[in-house]
Amino acid sequence: MINLSIRALSELLQQKQISIQELCGVYHDRCQSFNVNTNALISICAELSAAELLQAQQQLDAGELLAGVPLVHKDLFCTQGIKTTCGSNMLADFKPPYDATAVTQLAAAGMVNLGKANMDEFAMGSSNEHSAFGVVKNPWDSQRVPGGSSGGSAAAVAARMVPVATGTDTGGSIRQPAAFCGITGIKPSYGRVSRHGMVAFASSLDQAGVLAVSADDCGLVLSQMCGHDPLDSTSLKTSTWQWDKPKDSNMQGLRVGVPHAWIDALQDEGIKNKTTEAIEYFKQQGASIIDIELPHADLAVSAYYVLAPAECSSNLSRFDGVRFGHQTNAAENLEALYRKSRSEGFGEEVKKRIMIGAWALSAGYYDAYYLKAQKVRRLISEDFNKAFESVDVIASPVSPELPFKLGEKADGVSMYEADKFTIPASLAGLPCLSMPIGFTAGLPVGLQLIGRYFDEQNILALADKYQLDHDHHMQIPEAFL
Amino acid sequence: MSINRKELEEIATLAQLDIPEQQLGEITASLNQVMAMIEHINEADTAAVKPMGTPHEAQQLIRPDAVTDCSHKKDLLALSAHADEDHYLVPKVIE
Repeated sequence: MINLSIRALSELLQQKQISIQELCGVYHDRCQSFNVNTNALISICAELSAAELLQAQQQLDAGELLAGVPLVHKDLFCTQGIKTTCGSNMLADFKPPYDATAVTQLAAAGMVNLGKANMDEFAMGSSNEHSAFGVVKNPWDSQRVPGGSSGGSAAAVAARMVPVATGTDTGGSIRQPAAFCGITGIKPSYGRVSRHGMVAFASSLDQAGVLAVSADDCGLVLSQMCGHDPLDSTSLKTSTWQWDKPKDSNMQGLRVGVPHAWIDALQDEGIKNKTTEAIEYFKQQGASIIDIELPHADLAVSAYYVLAPAECSSNLSRFDGVRFGHQTNAAENLEALYRKSRSEGFGEEVKKRIMIGAWALSAGYYDAYYLKAQKVRRLISEDFNKAFESVDVIASPVSPELPFKLGEKADGVSMYEADKFTIPASLAGLPCLSMPIGFTAGLPVGLQLIGRYFDEQNILALADKYQLDHDHHMQIPEAFL
Repeated sequence: MSINRKELEEIATLAQLDIPEQQLGEITASLNQVMAMIEHINEADTAAVKPMGTPHEAQQLIRPDAVTDCSHKKDLLALSAHADEDHYLVPKVIE
């Protein structure tokens, strides 16, 4: 049962071959058993909520496809009365008084929340080593990272502790952990899913998305999450969308753009071979493969590490120790209350990014760095616009590296630079996903698909067609069978 | 671009953070690594380029100025480490 698709699980429920309580019970038990190995979850709901189960049953009776399907939320989605820590001591005891819109929408469809997934603190990191609640271990190799920042969500799905998890992606935080854990993950277009109740890191980049086994599962859940929300001024009125699963794997007429310079520069021969094989498959199925150039993409990581920290510095100024979050016990005056609460509550990586942002926004550097980075962002976005004049989808590697060993990247900059393939599409706000394309050295490899703005359909359809003929996404690490 | 310890202390003040004396050198070096990486943005010719603040430039949505939600004072004050029935409590500000 643990490897069934959402459609198959739904059929079992509809035909009353299993009850919602039984299905959620199976996954709840797996969450409790396997969290010891993975540390994928910060909290597991002690018992299934009666109200949620009732809602799920009502939705199931009404024929809703997602009803009764369990999930976990990344621990930065506000969940009413359930701890929402953001992986930080700053919010270790924070129980929000409301649900995030994405949480509300999935609950309305009858999905059942089993817990909250571990993450890099405030979504800042690419390894899930920066969590106040301990590192997450990659289910494929417990000595290696699961990626980040949605590392807990990715590890939980890879270990089949849940069939699906929510995540967020600012510069690659869904796609890179999905690739490292051998599952599928989609970051939709900026403006597609409401950010209300999603604790902000970098507001012009953050997007909620889905991590699941297959592209079809991702499409089904994403369809339910998206739509205009008056509580988020950046959620667009045209954001409602419904996933339409293709009927076959024919790719005739599809134009796939490939930045060959990115592939040629790969040092890891295993990743290079798997990427080339996947693109060759698209060609065999009738797609045209077109070489594209993204001339300013090499500057994306540099621009991102001005813009994201600047926005983080501004967003995280709300944590002052007064209204919510950690408050120091040792403040002699108000200024000291702010400084000590923040210094005690935030971890080292978060403090570092706040300081980079404070510097970039300070007098004398604003024009030279912050505005300059915003201009580079436009150049990168225009590169994509130009590429999409001649292609429908762009295919590229997700990461230049396989999942690395815990503690291997003590040098922060080398971890930042490893996000060079995911950050460009984030800056442009484009929809993009990662799908598994095989294994090398026993570790999963992902392929990134990037679509035109608001064209989630084409990238998911391409991934779904690939998954009709391949079973890489169906593989489960032996320890979690 | 690089910073020294004194400049780091100024940045920390802006960011409302305390940095222990023994960590000043290590954090200065770490930030300088990032700043060296950031410097690459200057390789781009952006003379005629407008800044891009957000991926979509939709107009700000306007809604009627009507009361749509009741007071959540009690719920919100309950989140604070120190509050009474009506106020957040902080160390004395006025001497």
